[in-house]
Amino acid sequence: MSVVLPFEQPIAELSQRVRDLRALAHGDARYAAELRRLEEKVASLARELFRDLSPWQRVQLSRHPRRPFFHDYLERIFDDFIELHGDRTFGDDAAIVAGLARYPRGPTGRPVMVIGHQKGRGTKEAVRRTFGMPNPEGYRKARRLMELADRFGRPVITFIDTPGAYPGLGAEERGQSEAIGQCLLVMSKLRVPVVACVVGEGGSGGALALGVANRVLALEHVWYSVISPEACASILWKDGSQAEKAASVLKPTAQMALELGVIDQIVEEPPGGAHQDWDAAARRLDSALREALASLEGLTEEELVDDRYRRFRSLGAVRA
Amino acid sequence: MSWNERIRPETDASEKRSAGKGVFRKCDGCGETLTAESFARNFEVCPQCGQHHRLSADGWRRLLLDGATFTEWDRHLEPADPLQFTDGRSYPERIAAAQRNTSAQEAIEIGRASMDGVAIAYGAFLFSFMGGSMGSVVGEKIARLFERATTERLPVVLLQASGGARMQEGILSLMQMAKTVAALGRLRDARLAFVSVCLHPTTGGVAASFALLGDVNIAEPKALVGFAGPRVIETTIRQKLPEGFQRAEFLLEHGMIDRVVSRLQMKNEIATVLRHLR
Ligand SMILES: [Zn+2]
Repeated sequence: MSVVLPFEQPIAELSQRVRDLRALAHGDARYAAELRRLEEKVASLARELFRDLSPWQRVQLSRHPRRPFFHDYLERIFDDFIELHGDRTFGDDAAIVAGLARYPRGPTGRPVMVIGHQKGRGTKEAVRRTFGMPNPEGYRKARRLMELADRFGRPVITFIDTPGAYPGLGAEERGQSEAIGQCLLVMSKLRVPVVACVVGEGGSGGALALGVANRVLALEHVWYSVISPEACASILWKDGSQAEKAASVLKPTAQMALELGVIDQIVEEPPGGAHQDWDAAARRLDSALREALASLEGLTEEELVDDRYRRFRSLGAVRA
Repeated sequence: MSWNERIRPETDASEKRSAGKGVFRKCDGCGETLTAESFARNFEVCPQCGQHHRLSADGWRRLLLDGATFTEWDRHLEPADPLQFTDGRSYPERIAAAQRNTSAQEAIEIGRASMDGVAIAYGAFLFSFMGGSMGSVVGEKIARLFERATTERLPVVLLQASGGARMQEGILSLMQMAKTVAALGRLRDARLAFVSVCLHPTTGGVAASFALLGDVNIAEPKALVGFAGPRVIETTIRQKLPEGFQRAEFLLEHGMIDRVVSRLQMKNEIATVLRHLR
């Protein structure tokens, strides 16, 4: 699948040349210098082009069909993942994947609970996973497994990538509101370290339901806000096609979230965005995640709960 | 999730009360034309068919609170403009207009009151203030309501009427969902009751945070209570929604609320619950 956004065209072309040359060179030392020169050129071009991306361009990158999804990170930075299914009430929601794993990889790894929104690649899988939009069962599964992690003292690591909770008839019948509210409540009380990573779309309450963490990381090209630019546009101007304009007033970028204290750190993406190099994106996220967990080392259960409470308690813009 | 997803505007009868006696109004339920005063006397419930029309904050205090009064907390809190949001009209202008029209500072009032002799921490959304939307101030006041109730060992009665989170404060509005629910967690740990009352409408970020986490969830007849707006759902599933979808009776049938309670029985029922959980 080759999808190239208009503004990333020059990078895509150059990256393709790098890949062609690499294949041709087959590790031949004579091409090494030329390869390195080209790679540096890609990086500097990407830096230049991406320096002043508009909020809407970042939204588009966050939804790039070639962007790594939760599972792509899971494969690269966790060991021994075993997926656990079901909400024990009604069903299993494939839009949220969760289970036990070891983190980080290698001898220092320890058991953790990892939970994330999962989008599908290709139409069939995308539909099966309702485009990463969870039903109540997804949130109830997440809540069940967070409670399990709490009982066994396992840190919780979440990956956020959803356009929002699924707006459906069944979802309402089965209590979408309550399911999200309970997730927020349970997460706020976990007696273990919790780190959330926004890796793609952070769509509203459906995203926040996995986001009540001690540390919140976000990749560089994500959106995280109370409403999508499209929905915002359709409310403001009765016209969903004005999403670009809506993004410019809504400012749903990682940069704005950092300024407002909503996230703690922006994780830089590889040149041209995470979709250009999944391995490099995973490595960068991995190292930020390790640091975030290390910063919570040594806190007691009570301190962890307090730390999270104070973090969210302080968010807001109020004039007294 | 946002506050002004099309919700059919309903006449705020009590606000027109100032127009004086002798003004006639048509009931939204049966279509009968009656004097505004006869609606007002009955707390905006139609004396003919029982249709519930919107009741003002002042009307709710008169209906529920002993002496029709409370000691208000944190009235002085006002919103800021973290995103410098504008859609042709700036957010501060919209706030100023809402303050002029409602003579309130923000979309919620909180305080200490007494209900049938039981001391409570009381909160009520003002739907007339930007659709009762929850931004930083509303979130802050709800967090303070739960926290102060915890410290002063009071049960909480909270009346919701809100389209959801306030778009104009962007992600900070979203964060109020986590902040308020965490504060509710402390109230629960202290084993104090939370009676959640869902008025028309209770949707989006308010529904998906504390509104359905009451120890007892109550809704008014026919109140719209749900996560996603009906229009959004219809667009997504491309089919017409069934009659009564997301109404209080639908929620009762699906196990999401404990009781559908008529406004005229509300004080009695809440007080009974509070006494049982004291
Ligand atoms: Zn009537």
